[in-house]
Amino acid sequence: MKLRYLPLTDSDRQAMLATIGVTSIDDLFVDVPAEARLAGTIPDLPDHASEMAVERHMAALARKNLSAGEAPFFLGAGAYKHHVPASVDHLIQRGEFLTAYTPYQPEIAQGTLQVLFEFQTQVARLLGCDVANASMYDGSTACWEAIVMARRITKRGKALLSSGLHPHYVSVAQTMAKFTGDDLAYETPELDSKTDSQKLIAAIDKDTSCVVVQYPDILGRIEDLTALADAAHAVGALLVAVVTEPVALGAIKSPGAMGADIVVGEGQSIGVGLQFGGPYLGLFACKQKYVRQMPGRLCGETVDAAGKRGFVLTLSTREQHIRREKATSNICTNSGLCALAFSIHMTLLGEKGLRDLATLNHALAVQAANRLANVPGVTLVNDAFFNEFTLVLSKDARDVTRSLADKGVLGGVSLGRLFPHAPQLGQGLVVAVTETVTAEDIEAFAAALTEELA
Amino acid sequence: MTMLKEGRPTAPTPVEEAHMAPATATGNRALMLEEKLIFEIGSTDTTGVDFAVSPAVDSRLGNLARTDAIGLPGLSEQETVRHYTRLSRQNYAIDLGLFPLGSCTMKHNPRLNEKVARMPGFADIHPLQPQSTVQGALGVINELAVWLIKLTGMHGVAMTPKAGAHGELCGLLCIRAALEARGDARQVVLVPESAHGTNPATAAFCGYKVEDIPATPDGRVDLEALKARLGPDVAAVMITNPNTCGLFERDMKVISDAVHAAGAFVYCDGANFNAIVGRVRPGDLGVDAMHINLHKTFSTPHGGGGPGSGPVVLSEALAPFGPLPYTARMEDGSIHLIEEENVGAEMPQSFGRMSAFHGQMGMFTRALAYILSHGADGLRQVAEDAVLNANYVLRSLDDVLDAPFGASGPCMHEALFSDKGLAEGFTTLDIAKGLIDEGFHPMTMYFPLVVHGAMLVEPTETESKAALDQFILALRSLAERAKAGDEALKGAPYHAPRRRLDETLAARKPVLSWIDPDLAEAAE
Amino acid sequence: MHMSRYFTDEHEWIDVEGDIATVGITDYAQEQLGDIVFVELPAEGTTFEKGDDAAVVESVKAASDVYAPISGEVVETNSALEDEPALVNSDAEEDGWFFKLRLTDASELEGLMNEAAYKKFVASL
Repeated sequence: MKLRYLPLTDSDRQAMLATIGVTSIDDLFVDVPAEARLAGTIPDLPDHASEMAVERHMAALARKNLSAGEAPFFLGAGAYKHHVPASVDHLIQRGEFLTAYTPYQPEIAQGTLQVLFEFQTQVARLLGCDVANASMYDGSTACWEAIVMARRITKRGKALLSSGLHPHYVSVAQTMAKFTGDDLAYETPELDSKTDSQKLIAAIDKDTSCVVVQYPDILGRIEDLTALADAAHAVGALLVAVVTEPVALGAIKSPGAMGADIVVGEGQSIGVGLQFGGPYLGLFACKQKYVRQMPGRLCGETVDAAGKRGFVLTLSTREQHIRREKATSNICTNSGLCALAFSIHMTLLGEKGLRDLATLNHALAVQAANRLANVPGVTLVNDAFFNEFTLVLSKDARDVTRSLADKGVLGGVSLGRLFPHAPQLGQGLVVAVTETVTAEDIEAFAAALTEELA
Repeated sequence: MTMLKEGRPTAPTPVEEAHMAPATATGNRALMLEEKLIFEIGSTDTTGVDFAVSPAVDSRLGNLARTDAIGLPGLSEQETVRHYTRLSRQNYAIDLGLFPLGSCTMKHNPRLNEKVARMPGFADIHPLQPQSTVQGALGVINELAVWLIKLTGMHGVAMTPKAGAHGELCGLLCIRAALEARGDARQVVLVPESAHGTNPATAAFCGYKVEDIPATPDGRVDLEALKARLGPDVAAVMITNPNTCGLFERDMKVISDAVHAAGAFVYCDGANFNAIVGRVRPGDLGVDAMHINLHKTFSTPHGGGGPGSGPVVLSEALAPFGPLPYTARMEDGSIHLIEEENVGAEMPQSFGRMSAFHGQMGMFTRALAYILSHGADGLRQVAEDAVLNANYVLRSLDDVLDAPFGASGPCMHEALFSDKGLAEGFTTLDIAKGLIDEGFHPMTMYFPLVVHGAMLVEPTETESKAALDQFILALRSLAERAKAGDEALKGAPYHAPRRRLDETLAARKPVLSWIDPDLAEAAE
Repeated sequence: MHMSRYFTDEHEWIDVEGDIATVGITDYAQEQLGDIVFVELPAEGTTFEKGDDAAVVESVKAASDVYAPISGEVVETNSALEDEPALVNSDAEEDGWFFKLRLTDASELEGLMNEAAYKKFVASL
């Protein structure tokens, strides 16, 4: 048998067995208990296949999906379709980035390390924080890690989750809290242009470790976080802000500037494609004074033995490979290549490009909101929003999104999908509008919706 | 105090001028180009992208418009391509050569997998699209799940964990949920001394107390000590098999039986599954949960530190407790998702969601393409060649390097050496840095902790005999130099983009983001 | 010259003046640990039982726990270590002290080593 990815020949194998001093490969598996040694290949599984055959099989599966680029597309709710410049994908496929490991040997990993240092700086500045780490798995796990970090800093176990937080992020936190004993307060949102920040402020007390608020929130609403930050700080609690659409921060104030202590987010929106939900990119940033409580890898500047500037992973004593059960988190592998994609895309944009991109997103979203709100049976919930807003339809929105899909329109995320146990939200539809949406797309969506609600 | 002496030299001795090449005016050295930070070469009004002009609308941003300078420099497309291309050339990678990092399984990453993952039908679909529009994607998840279940001889698989450590978390949460379902509040997780740091960190992260289990002198779990510690307070034992010393835990089945008899569960760290894939099924050894690092065994690229993917195979006892969302194949062949909406009816004991969406889809497509390419016969050959290559390295070098468990039977996928016998003052670090000059990535060093100055070499199955022979030649030469006390070795690497870096300085005065020198000066 | 300096087999030194004990790690310990990059000190007002985790001393690759060698309440910590953890390397047994405790049980000092005994102990390692 000759497999295309295995370079040893049978004569190599024989020569190597001789060097080792055994006669057959089975002699190398003698420590496996006899009853667990499989005599032959595992039954009911196919044997090897050619490159062409595998590509054909995978292409057939891919064709069974309706991709975002093939339809008027308006989904958001934590994952956004943006145009990713061609050079981003070209650069991340360079083997020296793609097939490198975690930069534990800095002398031969300066490429990855410098990128991480630039990435950390870009993220910190975008989110309005002093420092950012080298990434987490995704926004939802970054959010839970922030809650844990706030518990460590304040030595308190009660977190208040805003009703505007993505319900899947809430689910992740609730899953973990069941086991860690953290106390999480949370209610489902109301279809109102106002958020629940007044309620949160009233609920903050001396047992509160942190308030977790999403910005823009799950319904696309935006509001100033300063009052919330002040109320939290007044009792020694922290404000954790969650950003699932970082492009927004090219247009609206950063959470850090409004007083957030920890800002986490989902970085997928910049440089990373939709990919059916992963791999994505957890962003994690905070104030300088909390840096030793952060989870995840950090890259720092230093010099080499010849005095040249260089970069290394640093403050590693927070991490599992050194601190084991006393580590700040169990995270090891992060989202390195997605961080690279984010950083390249951000470098291509620059501040001017990011502001232009954000302005265009907002303008198209305003146009779409105005147009869709004119469809009979549709009401717009939001006063303020960036590129995502919530509509209330005259019918169950989940049924509507399915019917629209049958018509070839991917028309938003229904609140019924996000909050299946809150029937009062069933007519809500969250609509995202990015630079990839054309005037024709908006018209097609409006027309299909008109027909659906008639 | 605990006296942890991993504080090996982390501040290098400055290089003497005589050992430096003559300087160039630019700092460049032919093909090796120095590259400044984007903050030094870019500007906030430069951009490499263009957009349509925004239509004029009445702003709906409330009073939140961002007016402060953000400080994000831009580059033109050409400058961007050059910046990252130049940086890439300062990295070592599998594409350049053998990458024998023990425990990390740095094997070749086939490019078909990259091509497949970029098909728009996979790369450009949203996780919340109606299920009728993503049947192919759900089909990939389901097909991969079936392979993982059959390859491991287990009952079910949780696909959503995002990396190995996230998979460990998933496995332990299943165990906790299963114990709680029977009203059993066990608090202790036993972990061998030689385990990856993620094991104790994960157990602590979900609220367990961690206790060490000692190893025997031959590098395996001390069965008698383990049996003696088992009791009604022990929830789980976390075992790596093959273990981090590169050995198969011969007593695995006996351990599993003892753990089950004590009412606890067996978690297996599957980081080293590459050594046994297709030849041994963990399910046959009594394992209850095991994560599979798709970025190791199934060759999804490491990407300079991630993303990974860590599906967890589960025994019949644990499968009902796995995380959301789950895929299920219906009688008509369609794939159906179990989420919060229908979990009560279809999977009432699920412990809940552990990441926002469906897991690492981009890794699933790659791993499935890799698995289909090899098939059941090829995967068996993968394990055989991986083990053959590691034993070949072990037996080709055990005359010059101390192999602490060389007499403990064949190694599996990785060969372990120690620093015993090196000249006074010479360390594993010197050998590692010497390997850099020889054109190789160093092996894993100082892990596992149970061996002094550990050097853990995992060649993987995708290395040819010629590549192994060259690596053996290099490591042999370095071992001889370190034994002879060749002082020059302490200055290595000489030929890398940087000499040894000052990690002490980086940790004492952390500089974690770029500070504009003008601003820094103004602040002083 | 120390009138009453005690040493533990955990490589801590203790100077006692009245009911105040100053605690640090020994020169031998700092040498073994390599370059110290960070010292995590307890909050003032914390009370320790003998043997409690009291501080953490970090090199680049390791974090070692320092246990309270005797029981007492933390009355002062060495703030100089925040900016200059290298003091532990350069002057472990003077300027590199960690914290001061108000002793709760002076009898715990009995059985600790004096300098000569500690030197002998280190030589035996």
